Amino acid sequence: MPHIELPQNVPGIRSLFVFRPETADPLCQLAQTLLHNPHPTLSAGEREMIAAYVSNLNTCKFCTNSHSAIARHQLGDDTAVVKQVLADPEKAPISDKLKELLKIAAKVQSGGKNVTEADVELARKEGATDIEIHDTVLISAAFCMYNRYVDGLATWQPDNEELYDKMGAQRAREGYHAGSIK
Amino acid sequence: MPHINLPTEFPGIRSLFMFRPETAAPLNALVQTLLHNPHPTLSAGERELIATYVSRLNTCKYCCSIHGAIAQHQLGNNAEIVKQVLADPETAPISNKMKALLKIASKVQSGGKNVTETDVELARKEGATDIEIHDSVLIAAAFCMYNRYVDGLATWQPDNDELYDKMGEQRAREGYLTPPFKVISH
Repeated sequence: MPHIELPQNVPGIRSLFVFRPETADPLCQLAQTLLHNPHPTLSAGEREMIAAYVSNLNTCKFCTNSHSAIARHQLGDDTAVVKQVLADPEKAPISDKLKELLKIAAKVQSGGKNVTEADVELARKEGATDIEIHDTVLISAAFCMYNRYVDGLATWQPDNEELYDKMGAQRAREGYHAGSIK
Repeated sequence: MPHINLPTEFPGIRSLFMFRPETAAPLNALVQTLLHNPHPTLSAGERELIATYVSRLNTCKYCCSIHGAIAQHQLGNNAEIVKQVLADPETAPISNKMKALLKIASKVQSGGKNVTETDVELARKEGATDIEIHDSVLIAAAFCMYNRYVDGLATWQPDNDELYDKMGEQRAREGYLTPPFKVISH
């Protein structure tokens, strides 16, 4: 049961966007910019994987499932990669640079000050740029917000893979400003 | 030393806004809406207290200092209330409703799922509305983002009360959508 009166049959963060549209706008714009808009070097799929990975560390079911699904669709529906990243990035078939960025993301999730110069050096060794390091930190920080928002108000978080897949396809295609599926 | 190449004339999150304006826009729009725009029942000062308190829990010096200063200016330049809330909300001169909302905020800071029905009930007993509970959770969640952002990139976080007071006065008066001023080198 959600902690406040939220529209029924609208899952996760979507119910909160309906409840409070004034805050929905900047929250959607942030996700749009960070995860969907064109990026100089990081693909949308890579950025969504950072979001899904952090959401999994925060054990937020809705966000993990949603962004895993969006990541899959952005990566061309390759189910295995996303699952492997969530299980263990070190063993996943991703670039060494992305592995280092995910390490930084995990440090941010545990606390901003836990990111060390050594972490950043390792990422730079694999070719990470300032913008990539910045965006990785901000994506991770942002999902520490979204996860707390979704869990903190005890929103309805279904166990329906088909639903997440459908929402994932929509977001991957349309970005974060379209209206929600009911 | 920041982890990336940031402009040196801007402290804390301001240096990040200058570095990456595309993300600065929604980040500022969010805090403008949450903390500055008119609210049915929570004053700007009360909302800034929630932000400051969560920033202290996350031990983020810059965020705690700047939002403490903004809170002070929103509360009629009352530095004492801010100090007392940061030290111990339970004994601070604030309403019981604010105490209950700050408890919810601290639960959110430790983890969203730590907010219990009991926490929410206690807030409702003191008259908290759905919007107030929603906003308390979102302010706390948002500052768990801002604090990680500011610390995660190791931004410059000065120890200059006068500077925070000046920035706090600006933000309390103008909101979050006006440009930051440059700070002479440190």
